[in-house]
Order: sequence, then structure tokens, then C-alpha cells
Amino acid sequence: MLIRFWGSRGSIPTPLGYRAVRTKIREALLAARHHQLDSPESIDNFIAKELPFSTSGTYGGNSSCVEIEAGGDEYVLCDVGSGVREFGNALLAKHGPARKSRFNVFLSHTHWDHIMGFPFFTPSYIPGNVIRIHGCHNAMRDVFIRQQSNPCFPIDFRSLGATIEFVELEPGRTYEIDGLSVKPIRQNHPSDSYGFRFSKNGKSMVYSTDSEHKFDVLTENYPFVEFFRDADLLIFDAQYSLADQISIKEDWGHSSNMIAVELAQLARVKHLVMYHHEPVFDDKMIEKVLGETRRYAEINGSPNKLTVTSAYDGLEIVI
Amino acid sequence: MEIGERRDGDILVLSPAGRIDNDTSPPFQTRLLGALTPGAAVLVDFSAVEYISSAGLRALMMGSKQSKAANGRLAVAALGPVVKEIFEISRFSLVVEVFDTPAGALAALR
Repeated sequence: MLIRFWGSRGSIPTPLGYRAVRTKIREALLAARHHQLDSPESIDNFIAKELPFSTSGTYGGNSSCVEIEAGGDEYVLCDVGSGVREFGNALLAKHGPARKSRFNVFLSHTHWDHIMGFPFFTPSYIPGNVIRIHGCHNAMRDVFIRQQSNPCFPIDFRSLGATIEFVELEPGRTYEIDGLSVKPIRQNHPSDSYGFRFSKNGKSMVYSTDSEHKFDVLTENYPFVEFFRDADLLIFDAQYSLADQISIKEDWGHSSNMIAVELAQLARVKHLVMYHHEPVFDDKMIEKVLGETRRYAEINGSPNKLTVTSAYDGLEIVI
Repeated sequence: MEIGERRDGDILVLSPAGRIDNDTSPPFQTRLLGALTPGAAVLVDFSAVEYISSAGLRALMMGSKQSKAANGRLAVAALGPVVKEIFEISRFSLVVEVFDTPAGALAALR
């Protein structure tokens, strides 16, 4: 199973401005001063091994969209935030518009950052394509029409060329879709959100974004511990610090890096991917939080070893 | 968990020992909130605390809110290296007053 991140940012797309780009170039040049960089290979090596990711790359600006490649005939996506625009364009660049495809979208919820990419998802304009949007909200179609109709958007959702279907799922039930077992769970978020556990051939991935975990004491009885149990990969909303999550941003529907680690270790998750990054954070801050979160996973005394990654647009993980 | 207790003038000093985690945070929270009566000044001496989890920090957050609402004061002091790191990771240094030593905290709370 391959998981590819097309959009990792929370709440709103967050493009890099020219100042951020210039800062990265300046830092790279400063770091390069004492290196022998006289060939393209040595430059590539320097970029890959000597520069921190916050300088050589970016965690990215697109809002939520994750692709799952699991060997089926159809495409599988989690959410259609602004990242889905690039997914659609990459697909057309690879195969051209003539090839007809089927897409399964699993929608965590209908907040704007999770659906805003759909009007720019080019395959939705092409007759013959089939897009099935699976989710547990009963108003999905209305929300998609509302965001893609006059006066908000010039091309009405109802005039799109592709066949678009909405499939309502029930939390707690397991579905077989394109060879994947999929189970939704209801999450704590304003107007609710849903996480999904995907399993195939003994491998499991959980997509759990926009989920606030509130409990006095974290125990084995907490339903998410069972839902995450032994997952090979957990994509987790770690937008805030713990202090923010339980003070000024309480009830905003998001979680923290410390809760992510504690839940993942209690559930014996192998690999935690922090996701839905706070839009206020620049690349350096996300990198700092990643280092702190890895450190917390080491010092908290848990016997369960955990790999921790911060999602970025373009990240690919094979489980 | 053991929670030592002493008074220094009007200030109550609580001294928990060991790990404040999922198992031990309930008694810590009960004792802390019970101590934070209206107008009370409470110092939590972390000298003997090896580790604090999110549950323990949540207890401190509840204490901080209760204290502010009741015109009291809550401070912590003498964080060991691991606990200090966790305070930085969680950004709790911005939530409660942190002092290097109990003596420094007591002087500030008087």
C-alpha cells in the first residue's frame, strides 16, 4: 500500500511568499560556503544530506488530500482539499484526458478546507469518469452544490461532465471498496467528522484528521485506541500544542502532537504522521515541532517504539 | 502517588513524587483542585517528579483556570530535565508560572 500526500496543511491553503523563498535560498547559500559543489551530483547530494528540510523543501501549502494506492483498478482519495487539484493535473499529465477513470473519495467532513479543491479537479469535467464520494454526512451533495454554483463559482456542480455519486456510510460498519476494507468512526469536531481505517493484505492505514480528543485519562477503553490498534500508519491531526488544544483552542475540533504520540503508543501504531498543520506555522516551526514530538515519543517511557513523520505535499510512504 | 504537603506562611506547597501519568493524575488533580480555594496561593514543587503526561498537564490546566477564576495564584518550580522538556514541548511554560527553585517561587508568591 502506498500513501501519497497531496495536501497536508490545515484550515486554509498556505502558499510560500517570496520572502520565505528568498530566506531558504539565502540559508542554502550560507550553508554551501565551505562545500565543494562543482558538479550537479555534489549539489544534489548537498541538498539532500546537508540542508534541513525546512530549507531544502517545504511542508507545503495545499489543504487536505491523501491518495492511497492499494493495487485496485480505481483511485482512492481521502478528502478533496486544494491538494486534489494537483492530483488531478498529475493524472492528466500522465494518462491524458482520453482515459476514463473511477475515483473513490472518502470525505472526513464537509468543512471548506476538505472540499475546496473539487471545483478545480479537472477529471470531474470529463464525461466518462466516475467519482464516488463516500462519507457519513447526509448533506454531502448539498454542500458540494453550494460551493460550486452561482455566485460562488462560474461552473455549476450539476453541469459537470463526470458521473458523480454520493455514498453515505455508517460509522462502525466495514465496507469492501475496490479491494480495500474501509471502516469509518465518528470523531469530535464541530458538526462531526469521520476517520477511516483502510486495510488490505494484513496492512492498515488510518486517516484521522479534524478530530479533537478530550478525555480526563487516556485508557485502553478509549474507542480510538481500538480503532488505531496495530495500524502500520496513522495520519493524525496534530495541529496544536497541548497547551493550545486544552485552553484557548478547546472545542475547535483539533488535537495536539502529545496526544498523537500517547494515543499512537497506547494503540501500538508503528508510524505516526502528523497532519493538518497549523497555517500560522512556517516550515521551521513545523520542523521544530517534529523534533520535539520525536523526543516526546522517546522520553515518555512507553515500551512501544514509534516512528514519527510530519506530512508534506509530495510525501510518499509505503507500508 | 505520594503528594507531600507543607505550608510556608499563606502558601501551600504540594510535592508530588514519581510519574504523573494516566494512572496517577486523578489523585494529583483531586488534591490540586482541592487546594485551590478562592484566593489561595499554591506552589507545586516538581523536584521529585520524573515525568508528566498529557493527563497530568491537563490537571495543571484545570488548576490554572480554577485559580484565575478564584483570584488565586498557582506556580510550579524545580522541574527536572525531562519534565522541563515536556513543559517546552507542550508549551505549558506559557500556561503556568515556572520557577527554577521553590525558594524563588515562594518569594514571588508572597
